[in-house]
Amino acid sequence: MRVVIAEDLALLRDGLIRLLEAHDFEVLEAVDNGPSLLRALTTHRPDVAVVDVRLPPTFTDEGLRAAIEARAQLPGLPVLVLSQYVEQLYARELLADRSGGVGYLLKDRVFNVGQFVDAVRQVAAGGTAMDPEVVAQLLSRRSAADEPITTLTPREREVLGLMAEGRSNAAIAARLFITEKAVSKHTNSIFARLALPPSEDDNRRVLAVLAYLNG
Amino acid sequence: MVNDFVNRIRMLVWALLALPLAAFCTVLFVLAVAGFPLVVVWVGIPLLFATILTLRPIANIHRRYAGALIGREVGSPYLRRPSGNLLVRMRGLLIEPATWRDFAWVAVNGTVGLVLCIVGIVEGILDLIFWWLPPGMMVRVHAYLACALLAPNERTSLAQRVQQLTESRAETVDTSAAELRRIERDLHDGAQARLVALGMSLGLAEEQLARDPDNARALLAEARETSSAALAELRDLVRGIHPPVLADRGLVGAVRALCLASPIPVEVTDELSGRLPAPVESAAYFALAEAVTNMIKHSGASTASVHIEHREGLLRMQVRDDGAGGADESLGTGLRGIARRLSAFDGTLDVTSPVGGPTVLTMTLPCTS
Repeated sequence: MRVVIAEDLALLRDGLIRLLEAHDFEVLEAVDNGPSLLRALTTHRPDVAVVDVRLPPTFTDEGLRAAIEARAQLPGLPVLVLSQYVEQLYARELLADRSGGVGYLLKDRVFNVGQFVDAVRQVAAGGTAMDPEVVAQLLSRRSAADEPITTLTPREREVLGLMAEGRSNAAIAARLFITEKAVSKHTNSIFARLALPPSEDDNRRVLAVLAYLNG
Repeated sequence: MVNDFVNRIRMLVWALLALPLAAFCTVLFVLAVAGFPLVVVWVGIPLLFATILTLRPIANIHRRYAGALIGREVGSPYLRRPSGNLLVRMRGLLIEPATWRDFAWVAVNGTVGLVLCIVGIVEGILDLIFWWLPPGMMVRVHAYLACALLAPNERTSLAQRVQQLTESRAETVDTSAAELRRIERDLHDGAQARLVALGMSLGLAEEQLARDPDNARALLAEARETSSAALAELRDLVRGIHPPVLADRGLVGAVRALCLASPIPVEVTDELSGRLPAPVESAAYFALAEAVTNMIKHSGASTASVHIEHREGLLRMQVRDDGAGGADESLGTGLRGIARRLSAFDGTLDVTSPVGGPTVLTMTLPCTS
């Protein structure tokens, strides 16, 4: 799998390259600033990009902006954004184009190498991988009563939360100690309640997560 | 016609009231003149002190009524009283420019003013009989005289301003020192302690790697968890110092991000173009964050809104909710904290919160850019 990395701290950049190469990723280029990232993404068209939010020259959300800009030019280009902190605002912006292939994780999640590599693959495959902290922030919110998201049962919300984190039905089943069949019953019920038309399962999952984030 | 008559009566009543006050001023003037030389034998100090403090309410009566008579609002020029022993407070009063202006007014009002009042009473009675005459000439002169001497002038306004700035600076220094102490404590008890634990786990793991690989693996997993916890603590700390989203997106973006996490839906609107200077941005953000947090905690509202605008060198922020109301600046530490934050930048907080709601917090910060 071909990957582009953007991280300005050399130590972390080398760590990411080593980690991904050890898991059979081919690192096409590792850049350390926003403009180079945009160029690298549009010229290489990688299978997935792993991007730090904060990059030179501005040291603000340069990485996020470059990623969104690249996705505007190449719709659906899979991008996994890493950050020292997560903002729901940024999660929404990343998902706003509704084409999936988006991840947004705290940098700490890299420590758990297995889960992190899974998340990168999930994003490359067009899924989503939202940080559990984004999901936790959402669960603490009370939505306005007229939104369809409020019609979900607590169990369905739980399933949707795990979907947002990018977990497969099998993983959700294992986590909640239920059968995979029960999970797919829940997901179908979620799609129905959110009035998502039948289509490719991956895309519906993305739209459900989006509805969840906007709720 | 009736109005004119009421007006004439009003002038006469004021002249009748001002006469004993003017006579009292004569007494105060004599006391003050006697008080200064008596300072040498100490008796003068309490005497002057009492004179100055008795004089102020009388001067305030004139500020209010004489001002109203000639259609002018006359503010108070006094500083907040210094605290401390009698000598310190006495010294504070004596170096205050408003005190000396009051003395000048007492001298004038006790002499010329007294005469004006007597003539004013006579004139007032005549005015009631000869209704075609313009009323209250003497009373007006008396009022103009009082306003001229009692209104705050440049010196007294400057003195008030200096006092206000000194106080807000002291508060700012206090709060920032407290903030630094908090950060130091948080780092010491949090991230630093966890890094020590991390180092220990790693050291032990290294030692046991050959002898007891299973235990070493457990220690490594523990080290990983500790490093996550340290990062989480640093993240919280950084948010408290300067939220990264504020650096990224400026005031409006950061407030939007903040309101996304609110359990009460908050609508954020703005009329801002471009970024504000960093110190103002940060002060405004923390004031707003505090206001929104307060609202979530206490208002019981079902919807709320935040509006931010920057116009004519003034940043104005309004937080509105449809909750229970009854918020009181003198009771809530939250609201006092907001006022303190803003005062460091010469900003203001205004709270209107009738019982039953709605509550509207208006905050302003001067900001030229």
